[in-house]
Amino acid sequence: MPQVKPMEGNQAVAEAMRQINPDVVAAYPITPSTEVVQTFAQFVADGEVDTNFVAVESEHSAMSACTAAAAAGGRVMNATSSAGLALMWEILYITASLRMPVILTVVNRALSGNLNIHCDHSDTMGARDAGWIQIYAENVQESYDNLIQAVAIGEQMDVRLPVMSCLDGFLVSHSYELLQVEDDEAVRDFVGSYQPRYPLLDVANPLTMGPLDLYDFYFEHKRDQWAAYEPAKQAIIDVGQRFDEQFGRSYGLFEEYQLDDAEIAIVALGSMAGTAKDAVESLRAEGVKAGLLKLRVFRPFPAEELAAALSGLEAVAICDRAASYGGAGGPLYAEVTSALYVAGASVPAINCIYGLGGRQIAPDEIINIYRDLERVAEEGQPDQPLEFIGVRSFDKEEHADKYAF
Amino acid sequence: MATMTEVRWHGRGGQGAKTAGYILAVAAAEDGWQVQAFPEYGAERRGAPMRSYVRISDSPIRLRSGITNPEIVVVLDPSLLESENPAEGIVKDGIIIVNTSDSPTEIRERLGNPSAQIWTVDASQISQETIGRNMPNTPMLGALARVSDVLDLEGARQAIRKQLGEKLPENIIQANFEAVQRAYDEVQSE
Repeated sequence: MPQVKPMEGNQAVAEAMRQINPDVVAAYPITPSTEVVQTFAQFVADGEVDTNFVAVESEHSAMSACTAAAAAGGRVMNATSSAGLALMWEILYITASLRMPVILTVVNRALSGNLNIHCDHSDTMGARDAGWIQIYAENVQESYDNLIQAVAIGEQMDVRLPVMSCLDGFLVSHSYELLQVEDDEAVRDFVGSYQPRYPLLDVANPLTMGPLDLYDFYFEHKRDQWAAYEPAKQAIIDVGQRFDEQFGRSYGLFEEYQLDDAEIAIVALGSMAGTAKDAVESLRAEGVKAGLLKLRVFRPFPAEELAAALSGLEAVAICDRAASYGGAGGPLYAEVTSALYVAGASVPAINCIYGLGGRQIAPDEIINIYRDLERVAEEGQPDQPLEFIGVRSFDKEEHADKYAF
Repeated sequence: MATMTEVRWHGRGGQGAKTAGYILAVAAAEDGWQVQAFPEYGAERRGAPMRSYVRISDSPIRLRSGITNPEIVVVLDPSLLESENPAEGIVKDGIIIVNTSDSPTEIRERLGNPSAQIWTVDASQISQETIGRNMPNTPMLGALARVSDVLDLEGARQAIRKQLGEKLPENIIQANFEAVQRAYDEVQSE
């Protein structure tokens, strides 16, 4: 029988990993990592899983070993955060290019400098072009559910891509909540047994992976990799439906909350969406037609679907928990506005950068974003497209001695 | 409209505010409530001021920010009374419990005379005498059981066993139970 019990986000992820029972976990759990790997290592030590746990000497080595173990023919998982993900950088691209469905939990935490280990999306946003599927969770239940689905999505034969299953540092990873834990059997049935595609350990059919690939073929290979992301999008939808049929919780590319008849809306990723739902509910009670689009899948980016869902709005605020310095707004803003433009949808949009380095976002601050949107809708365009939410400003002239630049 | 109780713990890293929040959440979940508990660290090191938040509700909790208007505040370290302003935002007639040997009247002044009930208990002393070291978090759960309806003594004991039973030997669990009982008996109001 499925059990509902209070569990911390990190434990919920480790519990899903225990149920999935991967062949290999190669990890280097050090600050800023989380208790995910620590908890899972205990399962290995207690003999609750059959996993071969490889303790390596860095996060770079961790992802190298994960990619190699997947190439050998194993189902491979790992978890990391922040600078740990950054150190995997070089290998992340290789994992995706080799089409290895490694499943990586990322507890979203800030990148230095200055030194900070609290929640923001800088780590995974930095990895957005590496070729990994990225799925974001709002709460502990979604973190657990997404990880189980990630295995089925990444391993689908026409997808074969690595997946990052993302949850917000501390706000979700260290949050105790009621989690519905499904039966071990049911989870194992759902993910099925792993079918390696071209395992290196199949010595009767030797092959080479990752060789020198210069201007004669590299470009063709990269174009062919591009083609994997359309089936990936469909796989995310299909697996979400199958999950709903099996476990009764439905998932898609994004969740629309009160969006049908909304005039103004926020687009957000991760845990902020929960607080935004409360804000929408209180605004609806006073007659404001507010809505929310909680984006679940950032890679592959559902550009057409998003544009269709947002096209009728009078104004939209796109909330980024990451900055793209010198860019055209935050990463989410740039892609959502691009999607709207390509679809010919003329919706005035503002970009709200919030929550960097763990700065919390309060319901009142979200309500203020909707108030701004009401004004933008009325005036037809924003007077200031970029807003920083919940950040203090200091008078630079008054404190000139404290500023180096 | 949902009924929600929000509890904010103020402590220093190493005093167990996060664990106490989790134990409270486990106890409330056992009673059929929806729960959410998470810590907010400053510097994430021993001795640094930190908070932990617990929400207890009759419907699913979507809100994910720190607690600014708590019904209940628990202060594990009286040295935080001035620096952290733990009474900030407390609802009218809320409850503040402070780990201190001082009386509630003395504490009221240091808290800036909030419109809340003030309770005190010397949880550090109790834990020294029962557990053998200064671990004020579990006795403060006993005090909480006495002064509020978010948990009761038996619920506190069961949740402590659930959360700590695998990590601590039985004699230490029993010492924690004794600390809980003593704080329950000794907590005093104005």
